[in-house]
Amino acid sequence: MTDNPTYNPDEFLICAVARLLADSRHVAIGMASPVAGSAALMLREEAKGSPDALRVSMIGGDANNPFTDGGRELFDCAGQGRIDTFFLGGVQIDGQANINLVGTGDYPNMDRRFPGTFGAAYMYFVIPRVILFRPEHSKRVFVPKVDFISAPGTSEEGVYRPGGPYALVTELCVMMFDKEKKRFRLASVNPGHTIEEVQDNTGFDFDIPEAIKTTPEPEPEPERLELLRTNISLEIAKTYPDFAKRVFGVEQAA
Amino acid sequence: MSPLISLDNLAEQVPDGALVVLPPDYSYVPMAAVRALVRRGVKDLHLLFAPLGGMSADILIGAGCVKTIEAAAVTLGEVGIAPRFTEAVQTGSIIIKDSTCPAIHTALQAAEKGVPFMPLRGLIGSDVMNNRADWKVADDPFDASGGPIALLPAIQPDVAIFHAPLADQFGNVWLGKRRELITMAHASKQTFVTIEKVQKKNLLDDEVMAAGTLTSMYVGGIAEVEHGCWPLGLAGHYEPDIKSVIDYARQAKTKEGFAAWLQNNVITEQKRAAQ
Repeated sequence: MTDNPTYNPDEFLICAVARLLADSRHVAIGMASPVAGSAALMLREEAKGSPDALRVSMIGGDANNPFTDGGRELFDCAGQGRIDTFFLGGVQIDGQANINLVGTGDYPNMDRRFPGTFGAAYMYFVIPRVILFRPEHSKRVFVPKVDFISAPGTSEEGVYRPGGPYALVTELCVMMFDKEKKRFRLASVNPGHTIEEVQDNTGFDFDIPEAIKTTPEPEPEPERLELLRTNISLEIAKTYPDFAKRVFGVEQAA
Repeated sequence: MSPLISLDNLAEQVPDGALVVLPPDYSYVPMAAVRALVRRGVKDLHLLFAPLGGMSADILIGAGCVKTIEAAAVTLGEVGIAPRFTEAVQTGSIIIKDSTCPAIHTALQAAEKGVPFMPLRGLIGSDVMNNRADWKVADDPFDASGGPIALLPAIQPDVAIFHAPLADQFGNVWLGKRRELITMAHASKQTFVTIEKVQKKNLLDDEVMAAGTLTSMYVGGIAEVEHGCWPLGLAGHYEPDIKSVIDYARQAKTKEGFAAWLQNNVITEQKRAAQ
């Protein structure tokens, strides 16, 4: 990130994620995903009233959570194809887009245990556009091969697999996943960073286009930043009060 | 016969070695009942979380009540990792059956229907599936191309325990849209519920309330416990006491710290109650 004082790193990432949602109709937001949630709520606000109105379903709390049939409804909804976009992260992510949410070392008594797979072993298979969001861009995260496959990036022929990885957003760059080649392709490098920096901090090979683009700053979209800091910061505070306070200075509503 | 029982009586009715299903931290977590179970000294529990474990899992593990745990993840959420769970899994002092959210929902739905298994999309090729000898892959008999699909055995817990904002004197329990709790109860052999408030009027007489009500057929007993979710929250009634959860997470980082927390927050609760 540059030292540009007009936006902070989270605002940058929210805008970077938002550009990937341009064709989405129903975005679901899982647990602990405030950046993704902010991006989706921002696009929903922009598309308000238009026939392309975006549906956003958040399960991190009661706000913007439409589900009334218990914890299973999100997954049933996804299984039917009613959700087109979702977000996942990973303790480790490899070049085939396999993700690991369980830990590092040998399973089960791992060196470092993390919470677990959550819904990933299912959602990654059934939701067409899964955006991998992992700000920390390091060789610790982006490894040649994950220690535990919480969910595979691709499946063998014959396995029902309408869903899978679409893009990867980090503090250094945006990559797109090529399903045919089963590899990531660099899409853009974030302002203030270089292709060498991306390569030095990635433990797997990926395709590099001839002309390397820079991820746009939020500046070309000043009204977007304004919207983010007003309506959206208040809306996301309902689910993620700590995040809204830290990023936008919003005090928790009573 | 009144369904009303005491909290201690509820804890006594959960046998050592039972398969107990508990709700995730976003639902109605029976924290007071969890502390009562620790005080009663319950042992060798097989815990199932529907589908995520949180503070309740960490306390039961730290107190030595748990033999195995099945969950899609265990975490204190925004507060951070679940320290007693993490150490227990890293050292192998408990057995973890890693799952994924919809797999647990599906296995409970199978038990709810009384069928031996149910299919689920996804899973194939994951190490979650590869480490579950109890899950199978079969060719879909209805698909002409016979693509593979995962089959999950039904899980029928011995006991479901959760909290609820409201019940009536007949043992009907209002859960509103927390329908994962209704599924848990339908699937389990026995269900015990701690209740914020017990009313005289029959919930089933009110069409609006009846839609969100678990009927007494499934309920083995209810115990009136105000603030039964504390320090977690009860939506519409009280917010989570984040300060207490953070305090727990800090103390539970070490075995000794956890023991001190247990003494001050669980064992002495009994003394207070006895006074």
